[in-house]
Parts: sequence; structure tokens; C-alpha cells
Amino acid sequence: MSKALLYDATLCIGCKACEQACADHNKLPYTTAIGAEEKQSDHKYTVVLTKGEHFMRRLCMNCLDPACASVCPVGALRKTSAGPVIYEEGRCMGCRYCMAACPFGVPKYEWGKVLPRVRKCTMCPDRVAAGQPTACAEACPTGATKFGERDELIAEARQRIHDNPEKYLDHIYGLTEVGGTSVLLLSGVAFEQFGYRAELPGDPLPMLTYRVLSRIPDIIPLGGVLLGGVWWITHRRKEVAAAEGPRNNAQNGTSKRRRDEE
Amino acid sequence: MKSKLTFWKVVFVILMAAGIYATFVRFTRGLGPTTNLTDQFPWGIWVGFDVLCGVMLAAGGFTLTAAVHIFNLKRLQPIVRPTVLTAFLGYLLVSVALMFDLGRPYRIWHPLIMRNPHSVMFEVAYCVMLYTTVLALEFSPIVLERFHLHRAMKIIHGAVIPLVIIGVLLSTLHQSSLGSLYLIMPEKLHPFWYSPLLPVFFFISAIAVGLAMTIFESSLSSKYFGRELEIGILRELGRVLAVVLCVYAVLRFEDLFHRGVLGKMLQPSYEMTLVWLELALALIVPLALLSVPKIRNSANGLYVAAVMVLLGFITNRLNVSITGLESSAGVHYIPRWTELAITVAITASGLAVFSLAVKYLPIFPVPEARTVPSTREAVIPVPVLDNAGD
Repeated sequence: MSKALLYDATLCIGCKACEQACADHNKLPYTTAIGAEEKQSDHKYTVVLTKGEHFMRRLCMNCLDPACASVCPVGALRKTSAGPVIYEEGRCMGCRYCMAACPFGVPKYEWGKVLPRVRKCTMCPDRVAAGQPTACAEACPTGATKFGERDELIAEARQRIHDNPEKYLDHIYGLTEVGGTSVLLLSGVAFEQFGYRAELPGDPLPMLTYRVLSRIPDIIPLGGVLLGGVWWITHRRKEVAAAEGPRNNAQNGTSKRRRDEE
Repeated sequence: MKSKLTFWKVVFVILMAAGIYATFVRFTRGLGPTTNLTDQFPWGIWVGFDVLCGVMLAAGGFTLTAAVHIFNLKRLQPIVRPTVLTAFLGYLLVSVALMFDLGRPYRIWHPLIMRNPHSVMFEVAYCVMLYTTVLALEFSPIVLERFHLHRAMKIIHGAVIPLVIIGVLLSTLHQSSLGSLYLIMPEKLHPFWYSPLLPVFFFISAIAVGLAMTIFESSLSSKYFGRELEIGILRELGRVLAVVLCVYAVLRFEDLFHRGVLGKMLQPSYEMTLVWLELALALIVPLALLSVPKIRNSANGLYVAAVMVLLGFITNRLNVSITGLESSAGVHYIPRWTELAITVAITASGLAVFSLAVKYLPIFPVPEARTVPSTREAVIPVPVLDNAGD
């Protein structure tokens, strides 16, 4: 139904073919110097990190319910039913709320440009739409990065952990993190070593803001009636005065009482 | 007096020159060379101070119009105009600051047609846009009066109550929503500040700051514009301020207690220093001051308490938006001088416009006019409409 990537760090040999393929597909420069950069940036959407003999990929997790898409005021970021979280740069006004909100620190900005864009892995939406695997999955020589149906990849990940429990942590990263992601990770060593946050909530982050935002349609009429009502009560004296003729001497007493109420 | 004015004019020119240079760098070379913002730390002082603090400091507008027009506290009438002017200028300056901070400021209108109702930022954008319009209308009688456009004034005058109600609703929404912006970052914002109650805290503190700002402003304008200090009014505001601060303090304590972070507040850390600085400035010292009748009733005492509250909640906003996010980002953010130059220039131009408005528009009531029964919008002409306001 929805496509996903499974990255198995125990199969990775750190050849960085995925980095090269990603750069080629997104028409980004890729040199030895860029290959040596160990972080995602506006010109490097995926990176293979090395810690001793262990490797780990970082890329956009393409969350099932992405924080970036939920916070974008103009809807420039969007989760597609096929899986990828895409970016329409023509909409973006550059508020960078997506960067502030992303729990994985994925979206990067073109700080050096006068008219900058947000940059991130978008899970090759054109290739996925054409029924092809992502560029990185296609380029991977060992099958460490595998493209497929999310459900099937989860089943396969479980099987791999089941078959080799001593080789893997009993944790499919991305299965439940922030409500689940379209990129799933398997590893033999802690994900935190590579910058993946350990204690992410199991509920999608957008729930946190939507819980508050969804009350607004109720607050407006309620508040309007309340304020109008207070006005109606506090201005009763004016009507009385109009009916009986002005009597100003009582003015201080009542207004003082009302002030104390606040 | 005259030499003092000249000195400030020189300072103003220097600040504006620095600001114009920084503006030039910002729009010709981009955000990277102008700011110390990075991929790890995408929001800096323009969001933390110019937008968050700017909107907060402009909260006097909705607080005071609600007090006067909805709660019928007509004694506060004489300070409505300067407060509405401050609020209006405040929101205009926030919009200017946004033009610097947005990567593509020419698309600032995009939320009008590209809607994402699930985004807090979208809601804030709409509220700020609409509320700035409301403030313009609330402010318009002052300009209309200056040019003797009595018919137009009458129209605005008739719409004043609905306008105030809409203004209060919009303010309630976006003042709290600026706190909601950070609800999506539970794993990033330090637990001293991340709370499900962030929107409530932002709203209550906006009311406190609105009151403190009104006291602050009245004190300053009595000093610099030679107008009589409405000490009676300020005492009233001081009392309300004390109550609002107490409510905030109790809620904040309960929240820290229930989330189990009180213990952490006693373990030395960068955040511990900052949270105590904030609480001392915003709550502890002002409440201590306001609890002493002699201080609470003196002009200077009120002024000092108000300044502390302002500094305290500015610290709070900066903690939420900047310092409270540093640990998780693994970086220290210190604004580049060009960022500061733009913030300072925006603030300075706001002050300049305020003093020009005071000079050329009927912002402060003329002393003898105060004995005249005042009408809703502190309006001296068209008294026919309204016999004595209340």
C-alpha cells in the first residue's frame, strides 16, 4: 500500500554508493570531499556514518504523520499516499518551522543563498511513482537498503531479528517512533550513537498541536458570547441612566467593585 | 533638555546606519552571512525577540481595551490611546521583523491562499494579520480626529464594541498559539519550559505583560512627554498585575510539580540558572515589591516592578525559543552583530514613530479635556453620542 525503505546496518559495508546515487538523482555535486562529510546538509540528503566497524545511514525518515508537514503554514511539505514526504518549493516562504519541528533534524536550509529553499531527502517520489525503487536502494550492492511495501519490510525485519537475535538489537527503529516512519532501521548497536533520539513518543507529534488547534472553532463563539455578555452586564448602568436621567454620584463605587472582580 | 535630545538623535542615527547596513547584507547576501543561524538552530533572535517578545509586549492593546470597553473600567480611559498606539506599532514592527526572518519574504502572503489549518504558524499568521487590521481600526479615530473627519469617526465609534471583542478573541488565540508553536518539540525543548500548558502560560503572561507595559509606558511618557502621571490608574493596574502574577506563579509551580521537574531546578546547570533568573525577574521580585503597600502605591515602586516583569517575561520567551533549545541542538547560539543591529534598528524606529505620533496626533488627553465626560474611545469630540460613557 505504502512504500518504505528498510536499512539494515549489519549488512552495510560503508561503500557510500547510496550517497553517490542520491546526489546523482537529485543533481547534486558529489566529490571525495563531499563524500567525507559526515552530516546531512543542503547538498547531501543522505549520509553513511561510521563508528569503528559499525555503519549507520541517516536520511529523511519520511514519517507516516510528519511533524514538518503538519507545521508548514503553506502546505509546502506533504506526505503522499505512496510514502514519500515531498516538498513544493514554490509554496515555501522560508519560515523554517519544519526544521524546528522535525524530531530527526532532517530538513536543511540553503543559508548561503539569497533565495533559499529547504532541502531534504524526499524518497525519490518520481521513481516511486514510476514503480521503481529509490535511487539509494537500487544502488546498494549488499541489500542493506531495501525498498518495498512497508508491511512486508516490517515482517522481514522481524524475521531477521528472530533468526539472528544475537546480531540485532530487538528494535525496529521507525516502527513506532513518532507514530511510525517510512524508513525502518535495524542495527546491532545503539541508534543513539548515530544521533537517532532514543526516547521519541509513540504518538505522532502533530497530535500535540492539533489537540489545541482543534479547539479554536469552539473557542471563538464561546469567547464572543462571554465577552459580549460581560459587556451587556457591565453596561447595564448606562441603560438605567438613560431611563432615569444621569446620576453620576454612584459611578465610583460600581466601577471600583468591577475592577476588583478582575 | 535640548542637548539631551541631540545626543539621542546622534545615537539614533548611528543605530539606524548600522541597521541599514545589516539590512543591505541581509537582502543581498542572504541569511547565512547575516545571522548565526544553522541547520541545528534555525530560529534565532528575530523569532525569539522580535516576534515572540514583540507580540507579547504589544499585549497591552487587548488587555486595556477589554478592561475599558468590555469590563467598563472607564477610569482607565485616558491611557487607552497610547496603549493602542503601542500595540499597533508593535504588530507593525513584528511584521517588519518577519520580512527579515523569512527566507523568501516576498511570499509572506502565501498563507492567504495556501492554507494548512493543522499548522499553528498558519493560525498565528491569520490572527496577527486580522488583529493588526483591528488595531488599525481601533487607532484610526485618533488620525480621523486630527483631520476632523467626524463622520468616519462616528462609524468607527459605532463599531467599537464588536471590534474590541474581535480583538480580544484574536489576541487570546495568537498570544497562546505562540506558545503552542513549541508543543511539537517535546524532545527538543528543555523540561523546565516544555509543558502541555505552554499556550496557557503564554496567554496569562501576555496579560501580565500588557499591564506591566501600560504602567511602564505611562511612567515613561510622564517623564519624557511631560504629561501628568495617572498614579491612581497605575495603582489599580499594579493590583491587577499582582493578582495575574500570582495566578501564573501558582499554575507554573503546579505544572513543574506534576511533571516532576522541581528536583532538577535545584541541580546546577545552564538551564537552572536561566529558569531561576526568569522566575526571579518575572515573579519573585515583582510580587515581593507589590506586596509592600508603600512600594505598590508609589510611582517609582510600580515602575520598577513593571520593568522587572517585562524583563522577566522577555527572559521567559527567550528561554522557550532559544536557550531552552540549545542543549538538545548541541550548540550555543549567540546572535551575530548584524542580527542584533536589525533588531535594535527596528526597535529604535518604533520608539521614533511613537514619539512622532505623540507630537502630531492627539494621543494623550489634553489636561482640561479630562474633566469633560469622556466617551468610549477617549474621544473628546462627538460627545453627543454618549452621555458620560458610563
